[in-house]
Amino acid sequence: MSILIYANTANGKIHKSALEAVAYGSKIATDMGTNATAIVVGACDDTDTLGEYGATKVLHANDAKFNSFDPSVYTKAVTAAVEAEGADVIIFSHDFTGKAIAPRVAARLDAGLVSGAVDYPKLDSGFTVRKAVFSGKAFANITINTDKKVVSLLPNSVDKAPVGGSATVETFSPEVGAASVTVKEIIKESTDLPLTEAEKVVSAGRGLKGPENWGMVEDLAKALGAATACSRPVSDMDWRPHHEHVGQTGVAIRPNLYIAIGISGAIQHLAGVNQSKTIVVINNDAEAPFFKSANYGIVGDAFEVVPKLLEAAKAFNAANN
Amino acid sequence: MKILVCISKAPDTTAKIAFTNNNTEFDTNGVQFIVNPYDEWYALVRGLELKEQHSGSVTVLNVGTAENDPIIRKALAIGADEAVRIDVNPTDALQAAKEIATYAKTQGFDLLLLGKETIDYNGSQIGAMVAELMDLPYVSLATKLDMNETTATVSRDIQGGTEVVELSTPAVISAAKGMAEARIPNMRGIMAARTKPLNVVAASGASASTTISSYELPPAKGECHYIDADNVGELIELLHNEAKVI
Ligand SMILES: Cc1cc2nc3c(=O)[nH]c(=O)nc-3n(C[C@H](O)[C@H](O)[C@H](O)COP(=O)(O)OP(=O)(O)OC[C@H]3O[C@@H](n4cnc5c(N)ncnc54)[C@H](O)[C@@H]3O)c2cc1C
Repeated sequence: MSILIYANTANGKIHKSALEAVAYGSKIATDMGTNATAIVVGACDDTDTLGEYGATKVLHANDAKFNSFDPSVYTKAVTAAVEAEGADVIIFSHDFTGKAIAPRVAARLDAGLVSGAVDYPKLDSGFTVRKAVFSGKAFANITINTDKKVVSLLPNSVDKAPVGGSATVETFSPEVGAASVTVKEIIKESTDLPLTEAEKVVSAGRGLKGPENWGMVEDLAKALGAATACSRPVSDMDWRPHHEHVGQTGVAIRPNLYIAIGISGAIQHLAGVNQSKTIVVINNDAEAPFFKSANYGIVGDAFEVVPKLLEAAKAFNAANN
Repeated sequence: MKILVCISKAPDTTAKIAFTNNNTEFDTNGVQFIVNPYDEWYALVRGLELKEQHSGSVTVLNVGTAENDPIIRKALAIGADEAVRIDVNPTDALQAAKEIATYAKTQGFDLLLLGKETIDYNGSQIGAMVAELMDLPYVSLATKLDMNETTATVSRDIQGGTEVVELSTPAVISAAKGMAEARIPNMRGIMAARTKPLNVVAASGASASTTISSYELPPAKGECHYIDADNVGELIELLHNEAKVI
């Protein structure tokens, strides 16, 4: 028995979400009295960092056929590792890659899957994992009843402090068959911080009147080291790109800090953001429903408040660096 | 081109979420149900557009009991040609995926489309599971989909950007925002939907592998702390010293 963690990479490096997944998996391994093995698929030159987060072994499937991401090929690599390690619990990060392969791995192993876990499993009566449901309006505790168990962890859900171990790295060469998906082109967006993993998010809504007014939002986000997001009408009107749309029918996020500027706080918007640790609302309407879900509120005109806030954030940065 | 669109039922986005039976069941009392928005707005509409371009048919599939017939009729009203309902109330994604795969394997669909996730359980699981069970290529979170003969060209969201991929059909694709614009059914569609075929198929008997032990509502937020608009420096200080998030 062991725990296997799929450690995602980006541009040939271990991705931040993978460190969290490995920290999560190795804590489960400790609780279950076993070891944590990580599998890395594709080119990566810092696999040894996974040891610092609790993996005792890293399997590295580093072959040219893994250069582009084909979910069915990656699934076969992961299930081969499950077999080689006799793993009973398989952990993914619930990100773009995890969403594409965790369910395939579960189907292939005929294993129960909880996707988007927000906490460690409870092991006292079986294996029960907590996840957000109804787009953040509630939580469910889900028990996995199969021998093999697959869990994908929502990014930014558990601590990921290094524990200071080290891992042996082994080359892993699974049989995976031919690719069925060919990558034609990769289009990079300007930001390299995916919204779902950002610890701080500055978001704005229809109250900003038009796309030309987003400069101050971007500046504030930059000063705070935050990602930018928006409400649905804003992306529907193409003021902002679709991937910035947060809410029940957009991306669900749970950053440490969510600043909402000129957003009314409709139930569908709240659904995707109300698990943020700290919510700041800036709105010129004191009756805006969003204030009911806010930790901090400023009643005022965004065009006056945001530039002042930007100055204050810059002053804070200057004083603290 | 034979297209299957899998649709799921979801509570209306304004539904009040509450639980009964000692927090083990979702309280459906007074809850309106809708077609899961990702299935309807993006997967179904893109399926219909592809049919309009290439001819063929669009079948909608739901795994569920007769209670789901109204939302299936809605999908027919938007323009699907026929519907299939696999007659079982699934209790997890793997069970539903097994039922879908068992049915779809014998039907010769060129394309299986579904939404990227449901707005109730937010699992993002079924598409990938169906693909694995049918041994088909799968693209998740697709924002653009074009077809010619036996090749699909798909743009999908990835970490920090978009990837354009090509794959041969049959294939499974999960749809995200951007793939199509929602359509509102017109009167003719609603009338026609009443007489379109809705075939009920017996379930294969697949079982679930997970159970929901309990639900919880999130803890209530405390009072909002208001800061004067002329003194925004205080907010930065509170975020640093009190909330400790900057
Ligand atoms: C099925 C369904 C799904 C949906 N899914 C989503 C979703 O995922 N995400 C989402 O966001 N929405 C979603 N919506 C839409 C949602 O209901 C709201 O319409 C939307 O969130 C409103 O966006 P907004 O707050 O930007 O705009 P508005 O509601 O128009 O609010 C603008 C706010 O800006 C304030 N304001 C105006 N001027 C200023 C100023 N100068 N300074 C400061 N404040 C100002 C106003 O007081 C107001 O509160 C969905 C709707 C439906 C029906």
